[in-house]
Amino acid sequence: MLATKGLKINGEKVTSVSEPAWVRYLLITTALGFVALFLLMPLAAVFVQALDKGWEAYLAALHEPDTLSAIWLTLLTAACCVPINLFFGIVAAWAIAKFSFTGKSLLITLIDLPFSVSPVVSGLIYVLIFGLQGWLGPWLQEHDIKIIFAVPGIVLATIFVTFPFVARELIPLMESQGRDEEEAALTLGASGLQTFFRVTFPNIKWGVLYGVILCNARAMGEFGAVSVVSGHVRGSTNTIPLQVEILYNEYSYAAAFAVASLLALLALVTLAVKTVAEWKIQQSQSVTEGER
Amino acid sequence: MGSSGQKNSVLPGFGPALGYTIFYLSIIVLIPLSALFFKTATLSWDQFLVAVAAPRVLASYRVTFGSALFAAAVNAVFGVLLAWVLVRYRFPGRKLVDALVDLPFALPTAVAGITLASVYSPNGWLGAYLEPRGIKVAFTPLGIMVAMIFIGLPFVVRTVQPVLEELDHEIEEAASCLGANRWQTFCRVIFPTMLPAILTGFALAFARAVGEYGSIIFIAGNMPMVSEITPLLIITKLEQYDYAGATAIATVMLVASFLLLLSINLLQKWSRRFAD
Repeated sequence: MLATKGLKINGEKVTSVSEPAWVRYLLITTALGFVALFLLMPLAAVFVQALDKGWEAYLAALHEPDTLSAIWLTLLTAACCVPINLFFGIVAAWAIAKFSFTGKSLLITLIDLPFSVSPVVSGLIYVLIFGLQGWLGPWLQEHDIKIIFAVPGIVLATIFVTFPFVARELIPLMESQGRDEEEAALTLGASGLQTFFRVTFPNIKWGVLYGVILCNARAMGEFGAVSVVSGHVRGSTNTIPLQVEILYNEYSYAAAFAVASLLALLALVTLAVKTVAEWKIQQSQSVTEGER
Repeated sequence: MGSSGQKNSVLPGFGPALGYTIFYLSIIVLIPLSALFFKTATLSWDQFLVAVAAPRVLASYRVTFGSALFAAAVNAVFGVLLAWVLVRYRFPGRKLVDALVDLPFALPTAVAGITLASVYSPNGWLGAYLEPRGIKVAFTPLGIMVAMIFIGLPFVVRTVQPVLEELDHEIEEAASCLGANRWQTFCRVIFPTMLPAILTGFALAFARAVGEYGSIIFIAGNMPMVSEITPLLIITKLEQYDYAGATAIATVMLVASFLLLLSINLLQKWSRRFAD
């Protein structure tokens, strides 16, 4: 059971390049204990607490009007953010991976910026532009357009925080695939778009799936940035994470965890899709390497 | 710019693709970020210092950066352990644990926040066990560290795993042939190879923990001077309409993020030198 990738010579295990069994046992137990404490237990706690008051209370909590509109707003936000950032990711990866130009690594670093910015700061910068005291504030007020403390602000802040996901997955993938196939397609008479859809896209489809699923998970789960730009108005400017916060702060714990369990299920689905996509990407890369 | 790209490639679309990339990057990322700096520039130097160096603000830096440092260190140690166990050993459930390591990436921060808060609260699963023994986790800086450990967990594991996977068995065998025992081999041969990756993962975990909001505010006590994190302070100032104060502190956070990003890039360059 506790086997290692050890070396065997004449059927005997060579122990000089592996640890004694008791060390292995200790390391595995400690590692699993750490995982159980920090990962498994919180995951289990979400579902156990959600079903604390029984299955009917769980379903009732999900059918609450405020919760339903939070679910709707979350889905709407994700439906706006993911395609926009997907399009950007593909276009940016095309420009960066298939061509050489100066300033490429600067551009890649700039694309990665939203990753390193705190979510609260991400929301704040949009308040500074579109808020009442912001750059565009007076103009927006004149024309009666509400962005901050309304849905458009939430969508904008979410676009910012999910900005790099597709791009940073596709850029290394497309770089490692090179330009040979596309150039061959062009010499055979394909137009640019034909080349993209028939040659490039099938090669990157698992990378696209990987980026999209992570982008979606972040878009639906974003809390800090949305908290700053949303008005926290129940029933209209609350996403699922904000609704979870409201329910928790009101001590409706079972309801809060019931709604949170939706996001936890989404997280598990995300992990599953991510694992499959990673495996497929590795498979296709080893095939390409085999062909070379 | 366009011509140098097209000179060495016959692929079409460079101009429009790069143009759109820079355009979209500017309106979504660069211009909003610059708004922060422009707004802060409207403050006089004295006003800026008052905003970012007030006692409550300094206390929040201590809490935020201090807890993040501790949490990243814990994640460095256990991350290496986890990566080692996942790469080197076979045991039932290994693939499941490997997938589960990414849970903090996929789980929304608010969900993590309320779950950790309720588990460590006085009548929670762990809190009921720990508090009678005098270990208060919920609503204390220790709770902040626990939350930061959770969200930083995948970073060190995922940076160290590839390095361990590519490590040549021959090198370890050579060391063993030359008379090193297992511990010496680990310290002198394996560990130095992992070090750049460990530091990169540490920096990534640290950077993430410093900016984190949702996972922490539920389990932290959020008491000024004691257990208030800097992102929460920014939001509190926004709610009080102290835009200037909030912006000033946010600028400090942003500059810290940029410095961390720079260090991470340099660390990654260093690790790549050793990889080849």
